[in-house]
Amino acid sequence: MSAQMDTWVSSFSFLLFCASSIPTRGSARLLQELSPQEYFSSLEAGRASLAYFSHNVSPGAQPFLEQIENSAEALQDYGISVVKVNCPKEDVSRYCGKENALRKAYLFRGNMLIREFPTDALFDINSIVANVLFALLFNEVKYVETLADLQNIENALKGRSNMVFAYVPATGTAEHRAVMEAAFVYGTVHQFVLTTEATLLKDTGNAEPDVSSARLFFCHCQRATDLAQPCGRTAMGQALTMLNIHRHLKLMGAPLVTEVAEDPEKVSTVHLQLGLPLVFILSQKETYEADRRTAEFVAWQLLGKAGVALLSRDLVDLNVLLRSNVALKTPDEGVPIKYLVLEDTDEVITLVEDKSKVEQIQEAEEEEEEEEEEDEKENNNQDIQDDQVVEAVSRDKKRELPLEQILVLTEETFHSALAETARTVVLFYASWEAVSLAVLRSYAEVADHLKGTRGVLLSRVNCWDWPGVCTKENVTQFPTIKIYEKGERSVMYDGMWGTEELTRFIMLSRVSCPLKLATIEEAEGYLRGEFPSELSSYQHTSVLGVFSTATSEAREAFEEAGNILSGHVTMGMYSEDDGLALSRKYAVSPPALLLARSGGGSVEGIALSEESTQDMVRMIRYELLDIFPEITVLNLPRYLQLQKPFLILFSDGDVGQMESKEMLKLAKGRPQRAFVACWLNLKKTPVGRGVLKTYFATLPSLPLLVWVNLHAGGQVFKFPSEQAITELNVLSWLEKLKAGLEIPSSTLSEEDWKPPLPAYDFLQMMEMAVPELPLHTSGRRGDTPARSPPESPGGDTSTREEPSQETKVEKVTSPGRDLRGTALRLAAREKQGKRHSEL
Amino acid sequence: LGLALYAGSLCAASRAAFLYHDYCVIGAGPSGLQVAYFLQQASRDYVVFERSHAPGSFFALYPRHRKLISINKQYTGKSNSEFNLRHDWNSLLSHDGRLLFRRYSRDFFPKADVMVRYLEDFASLLKLRVQYNTAIVHVTLERDEQAWNGHYFILTDQDRQNYKCSSLLVATGTWVPNVVNFPGSEYVEGYETVSINPEDFSGQAVLILGRGNSAFETAENILGVTNFIHMVSRSRVRLSWATHYVGDLRAINNGLLDTYQLKSLDGLLEGDLEDLAIVKDKKGKLHITLRFYLENRNTSTGIDSITLPQDELDNFATRAPYDRVIRCLGWKFDFSIYNRSLRMMPGKENKKKYPQIKPSYESRGTRGLFVLGTASHSVDFRKSAGGFIHGFRYTTRAVHRLLENRHHGVPWPSTVYPITQLTNSIIKRVNEASGLYQMFSVLADIILLRENATSFEYLEEYPVGVLAELEMQTGRKAPNGLFVVIMEYGRNFSGADKDVFYYNRAVGEAQHAWQSNFLHPVIYYYKHLPTEREMRLRPPEWSLPRPDAVHHIVEDFLTDWTAPNAHILPLRRFLENCLSTDLRNFFAESCFLFAFTRQKLPPFCRQGYVRMQGLVGSEGLRRHAVEAGLLEDYALTDSSGDRAPDTHKESQDPLLGDHVMPVRPLQHLVNAKDE
Repeated sequence: MSAQMDTWVSSFSFLLFCASSIPTRGSARLLQELSPQEYFSSLEAGRASLAYFSHNVSPGAQPFLEQIENSAEALQDYGISVVKVNCPKEDVSRYCGKENALRKAYLFRGNMLIREFPTDALFDINSIVANVLFALLFNEVKYVETLADLQNIENALKGRSNMVFAYVPATGTAEHRAVMEAAFVYGTVHQFVLTTEATLLKDTGNAEPDVSSARLFFCHCQRATDLAQPCGRTAMGQALTMLNIHRHLKLMGAPLVTEVAEDPEKVSTVHLQLGLPLVFILSQKETYEADRRTAEFVAWQLLGKAGVALLSRDLVDLNVLLRSNVALKTPDEGVPIKYLVLEDTDEVITLVEDKSKVEQIQEAEEEEEEEEEEDEKENNNQDIQDDQVVEAVSRDKKRELPLEQILVLTEETFHSALAETARTVVLFYASWEAVSLAVLRSYAEVADHLKGTRGVLLSRVNCWDWPGVCTKENVTQFPTIKIYEKGERSVMYDGMWGTEELTRFIMLSRVSCPLKLATIEEAEGYLRGEFPSELSSYQHTSVLGVFSTATSEAREAFEEAGNILSGHVTMGMYSEDDGLALSRKYAVSPPALLLARSGGGSVEGIALSEESTQDMVRMIRYELLDIFPEITVLNLPRYLQLQKPFLILFSDGDVGQMESKEMLKLAKGRPQRAFVACWLNLKKTPVGRGVLKTYFATLPSLPLLVWVNLHAGGQVFKFPSEQAITELNVLSWLEKLKAGLEIPSSTLSEEDWKPPLPAYDFLQMMEMAVPELPLHTSGRRGDTPARSPPESPGGDTSTREEPSQETKVEKVTSPGRDLRGTALRLAAREKQGKRHSEL
Repeated sequence: LGLALYAGSLCAASRAAFLYHDYCVIGAGPSGLQVAYFLQQASRDYVVFERSHAPGSFFALYPRHRKLISINKQYTGKSNSEFNLRHDWNSLLSHDGRLLFRRYSRDFFPKADVMVRYLEDFASLLKLRVQYNTAIVHVTLERDEQAWNGHYFILTDQDRQNYKCSSLLVATGTWVPNVVNFPGSEYVEGYETVSINPEDFSGQAVLILGRGNSAFETAENILGVTNFIHMVSRSRVRLSWATHYVGDLRAINNGLLDTYQLKSLDGLLEGDLEDLAIVKDKKGKLHITLRFYLENRNTSTGIDSITLPQDELDNFATRAPYDRVIRCLGWKFDFSIYNRSLRMMPGKENKKKYPQIKPSYESRGTRGLFVLGTASHSVDFRKSAGGFIHGFRYTTRAVHRLLENRHHGVPWPSTVYPITQLTNSIIKRVNEASGLYQMFSVLADIILLRENATSFEYLEEYPVGVLAELEMQTGRKAPNGLFVVIMEYGRNFSGADKDVFYYNRAVGEAQHAWQSNFLHPVIYYYKHLPTEREMRLRPPEWSLPRPDAVHHIVEDFLTDWTAPNAHILPLRRFLENCLSTDLRNFFAESCFLFAFTRQKLPPFCRQGYVRMQGLVGSEGLRRHAVEAGLLEDYALTDSSGDRAPDTHKESQDPLLGDHVMPVRPLQHLVNAKDE
């Protein structure tokens, strides 16, 4: 938005610049005071001046004089000088002599009198500028009173040039001034016509015009050929201000339909620059002519509201649905282009108009917010914490953590402590680091869960106190958790930093992995989840490797895989010497894996061939994934790694039996698992609401089936809510998706993660404060523009010292330095959290 | 006879033969032992030559009054061994916890004898290969294209035994006393030999030449028994607490400043020693006169004919005669043993007591010759601590790392971290690193960015003067830009004539951090490694050329830079803006939301959550984040939508009123640093 404002303002200021660059006589004061002789001899041919004659300042003329003085600057922009002529007492010439003349102002061009204004017509700057320009632009701005006059002018212009027709309720108003100022710039391009007749406004086809407010129309007479028909008109929707008129004329001047043969993301037109949307009509060679007519028709309808471009699909490789025929590009940066399938042109128009309505409301709101934000900016957002973890930890720092269960280790006690217990869990952390401290809190909860568990010691090392131990134990990141087995290896924890996961990991890793099962009873008990008993409350899926004595290679790979997966998976191993009882029962031949899913009761058998350890790990991990899982914050990463699209059933609570059955069928029916079919329980994973809000702006009715191309394109499709969620319906819907026959409800933002806020630019501050620093002289690269110090206005040495003095002064007065500002800083802390609710 | 002949020829043969070592170190002082330790750890072929029978022979004699002025801080309140080295100025670096100086002395300013004992232990406990009683008297070159540097160094000892070395490490310190020659300088006693018994000075008037720590140390010793002490030197006194240079006059020695300023008869004078002359009268008293008067006199007709300044100017300051004149002018490097071909040149101006070396500590004249220890102080003379144990123990390690890379293909040690650890690794180092802290503006940590800024490589304590040669000197590549982490005092803060106690000298707010005066971390960002030319053209007083961006971490009263909002947050913003990424941490829940709603994830989620190492966070923490408005609680919002944020906003509003109000600095909370 601000970028558009910039182009806006810059083009406007360019316009003003053009206006003001008309040479003016340089004078210190804008209102000159001259004697009559001086005045008349100074008049130059072609130059306009507004003169006011006075003997001495009569009290009545005082306010008028003030206004005229105020308007001198505005008039100077148009090359008109304002002069107060002091009549000598005895002067009885034409202008000075008559008492009457002294109540008037005179407009001269050269020494020719153009118009005399009674002072009461020049009541303020608007009226002065409006009236003076009106008088000077006699030819450029026609004043009409009747419809016939208007039509005559219109007819005369047809085929030649366009007309700007303005209605103002009265002359001398701000609107009148705006029209006149526009006429000053555009008068040579378009014919301006002005009226104050309300009836004329009615006659020109406005059914019930609001005659109290000014209106402006752009009449497309240049392209009108039929003399009998009036020129096409486009009313300006906004209030009559100089900026709005300028913008309107600019839009009217833009080509009706732009032909585009490049990536629409890169296209920029006047409309986009002026903050209006751009509608693309997608065309093909075969339908070009018809599309062009459609585009022109739409363009006429949207004139002044949006731009229209004709995009030839043959020339541009578009990665969108073939059925799409319209695209909408909004001026907001970073918003991707929306591709749509629309039935008729009305839809295009409502699309744009509704959007602009919504936007207008939003704009109004935004403006309010912007004001607030500007206040904020002075307070500097940069120093407000916007890291949720750091902020949460600092808000929690006063609370004493229940760390009694956790042994504090030091450089001296580290090794002796490890030797004492069978299994020592060590959290390596840094006491100043937020993530470490967040994990420490979960770790305290783990300690509480595991209180009284024998053979497990929970301990911690603060690497800020004992860097030597941490370096020796190869801890390069904070936090790190390692589990040391007495006299043996150590395992680094690589799971989620959460209480349950860590507890589970510690418990699972107490049992050797894989666990060697000695008897067939143990193996059966293991598959039932009853053996070993200490894990019965933790395990989910049991993996049992069944080997014959001969299959040593597969067994080795399995054992090594066990080492890697230790803590994450429960793995058992059974070597069959006795009559292949297991193999027979589950219809597999060794080497094989048996998988017993928790709660399922069924046991699946998977034959093993010559897998390497890595293959084995990958396979076991894959097999552990559920077919139709409930997706949660904790298990999502495992499914994300499949790099597949997601088919998610959002549900408020448990999934209905019917849907569950159908979805399971659907998931099982795809052996290659081309997508991840899953469901999400909003009660258990409330953040799912956030996902839905992002997809659909509001919370849709549930249950809801959604297809998300997470890894390719990011389109989100919504299963039609009127259809029942059955395997067949979903499959045919998926077919349609693949064929490109469905329109995505939304597309995931492709935006990069940029710095949330700027940093302090110390380099610039240094240069500003100490301009004599030769900092920028050694800069070599073109891509780092050397900032030159600000020019000192006087250019002498005394001003050069100023910046450093300023910094000195600032040093003294700026609050928050040293202890003196502590109270202030503490008070300012309260503002934290006010903003940055957006991530 | 035959036997004698045989023995003689054997002797001759062994004398002609060269004993070869890859590395030869001259001098078993602190820096010689320090480099020996690193060479030993790296299992290199080296030998240390020491002319005395024990290490640290300089400390056996000096300082004469036996008190070291390097601090030996017993307690810092911290157990961090690296941090504690910041306040231990006497220990050498080693892995052995026994070799910490605080285990040798409890004195804050330890005795020099303890240093001698420490150095003996250091050499023997670590089994360093030191060859004692070997004085190297001559060093020359032998050209050989096969040699590492195109030549071998041939060292000759006092017994004419020759040694051949590929690389020569000169750790001889500066031990040759500086002397001035002027008429009457024969009456001057040197610091090396002057009595240290105060009774010898009772009731005497003493003139001391020089104004360094040795001069003041000498004065301190006799301050209570002399009639008066006068001290003459060319330059004004430089106080180390004003210059922030430990080689200048330390407060522990400055008793004479007190007695001078309080008009207790002692005094300081400025004058060029070269212009002086001393004449002895019949009573043995020494009179100060000017060389100029002596030159005008044609014959030596005795003291009476010599003009004294007070003859013309009867209130001449030093008109009172002295009983003794003592020279305390410091030491210089022994240039005498090097053959001309080595081109060991003295430095320029005030650095002429040191040999000329590059910022890599390699001699300007000879490749493969490195100068270590005090003699290498020309690199940072009057700036940093490179001339003192607590500084050169780090520069010596840096030189060793350069050698490892150059001769053995062992690249500079480094650790690779994921980008999410960038802020952490900087904060960790600036808070504990002692090398950065002591060798401020000289040694810097270098962070080399990997492609796409997903990870980085961290190199510690690289000599910043050879930044341009980084790739060649370290064997590491820097194609994607780099950060340089260094510590600096504020520009224009330090100086002999500066008021370092002015009001509001300390900066408290992060946004003014660049004006910080006291030692604080500064991080420079370069998109490309600076070139040699840029290094050369850098502004004077700048240790680095103009960066693409720079960040100052605001000075801290406690030198503890771990405050989340004042230190870490602005640093993170700086790093984020240099790398154009978002380095915030997120709870797993946020990553979950991003995974489903954005095509790209922030680095923290990408490198943590997606790899199944998400930060779940405790319920309490999540609640805090929600209260802070940094995490949305979707469990609350339900269908009624945005009610929760509204109430949240309301609850904040009353507080808003408070902090936008301009608060005048509170007068009762005056700067604690003043007290």
